[in-house]
Amino acid sequence: MGKLLVLGAGTAGTMVANKLRQQLPADWTITIVDQDDTHHYQPGYLLLPFGTYTPKQIVRRRSRFIGDGIDLRFGTVDRVDTERSVVEMRGGETLPYDQLVIATGAGIHPEETPGMMEEEWQRSIFDFYSLEGATALRDALKAFTGGRLVVHITEMPIKCPVAPLEFAFLADDHFAERGIRDAVDITYVTPLDGAFTKPVASTHLGGMLSERNINLETDFMVERIDTDTKALVSYDEREIPFDLLVTVPLHMGAPFVGRSGLGDELRFVKVDKHTLQAVGHDNIFALGDASNIPASKAGSVAHFAAEIFTENFLDHIAGRPMAKSFDGHANCFVESGDGKGLLIDFNYDTQPLPGTYPLAGVGPFALLEESRLNHIGKLAFRWIYWHVLLPGRRLPVPALMSMRGKVPAPETPQTTGEPFAQPQKERTP
Amino acid sequence: MSTATIVGREIHVNDEGFMTDHTEWTEDVARALAANIGIELTDAHWEVLRFVRQDYDAQGESPTLRRVANVGGVPTKQLFTLFPKKPAKKMSYIAGVPKPVGCV
Repeated sequence: MGKLLVLGAGTAGTMVANKLRQQLPADWTITIVDQDDTHHYQPGYLLLPFGTYTPKQIVRRRSRFIGDGIDLRFGTVDRVDTERSVVEMRGGETLPYDQLVIATGAGIHPEETPGMMEEEWQRSIFDFYSLEGATALRDALKAFTGGRLVVHITEMPIKCPVAPLEFAFLADDHFAERGIRDAVDITYVTPLDGAFTKPVASTHLGGMLSERNINLETDFMVERIDTDTKALVSYDEREIPFDLLVTVPLHMGAPFVGRSGLGDELRFVKVDKHTLQAVGHDNIFALGDASNIPASKAGSVAHFAAEIFTENFLDHIAGRPMAKSFDGHANCFVESGDGKGLLIDFNYDTQPLPGTYPLAGVGPFALLEESRLNHIGKLAFRWIYWHVLLPGRRLPVPALMSMRGKVPAPETPQTTGEPFAQPQKERTP
Repeated sequence: MSTATIVGREIHVNDEGFMTDHTEWTEDVARALAANIGIELTDAHWEVLRFVRQDYDAQGESPTLRRVANVGGVPTKQLFTLFPKKPAKKMSYIAGVPKPVGCV
């Protein structure tokens, strides 16, 4: 017998609690804690500004998805006392645990970038990583008749790292539909050295930006926003003016993670990337966006990790070594506009590759290639999310990434020891 | 995986030229790597490089810019001056540790 405490009733926490309730012995109690009773379908934030979804379609009550035999409580976590194995809540309540799962996700912090959350916030500067932001952006997009649209990532990691690219593609399509594409200059600004992190996808997605006449500004680390001139200013003093800025603000983990000494600089829980066990704490795990694993912060990663974790957890509480190893598997639909989308499937070691998914040659989904079916897959996913994933039912796709259907990347032709940057260009004459 | 000859020694490097065995690093190697990307090392550079190496030894991973600023105490702005354009990559490259994890 024992007590499992899950902090956070979002995608990861809800899935894990429901899966474990089905598999843990009845003498184990499961308690899940969240601040409120509102569960947002976060992938919907991307489509809300373009009118594909209404706020109503992407919000449900959390309690609807928490299965029988799980105690759902509301409150704010103050800190985890790892010595005593109790969670201290604001207001003085304490929740003891034998095993703790932290699934409190990642939140946006526009206030961390000078100038972002000041007088231009929600006037000419918007986010689409909150329901409020995405709704305000919908109205701003509607009212936008031309000028400079800048789509911007503040700092990695962010939730759904393809979302800002998708936003740029959808904005291109949106303005074309309205017949004003020529009046809009779109620039994509990223701290990465390309459109995406991994080489094959970065080249492919970068090509899609240039096909759509979207400018790409790379290696751009924002220092501040100049609200007088309305421009992003980087640490190396480049300036990018905007009329409408759609930014992805800095992401951080929950404040209690930092206060409990469990987090990195951004308060993401430090874990072993294969078992998701917190560094230095045998009875603490972090699932979903709350951890520091080097994988996409995405629902698919939370889902695949939850499957591996559930099996491991049963071993763990029985005193056996955890046999399964999570591989960082991510699977993301990427909207490309005009009713089409791409699909990417990758893990810690294998970058997104072209091919078909989940079956070789058959698909039905095309990897790294635009198709209508991929777009339909993305829309269908909202139903799967509410009805299959959150209740903890199994999706008929493997949790670990498979090379089935994928075309291996060509060997990168590189000169021995050639440094990543061309030295000639960097040297001052 | 391949090797490069740097200051007369065989050094293991990856496709992008990052060292794959940080124990092969010496200060002379660092000077040569820095020269490869057009940087002449000053005391301010060495301070950053020492932090990056110490932190890598302690944590098992290369520090991010944010970590070098917050924990190492070198402001981000200065990192961009010392290692122009791509400070996170450049400081790791010269310090002989892996490229910081490109979070995806």
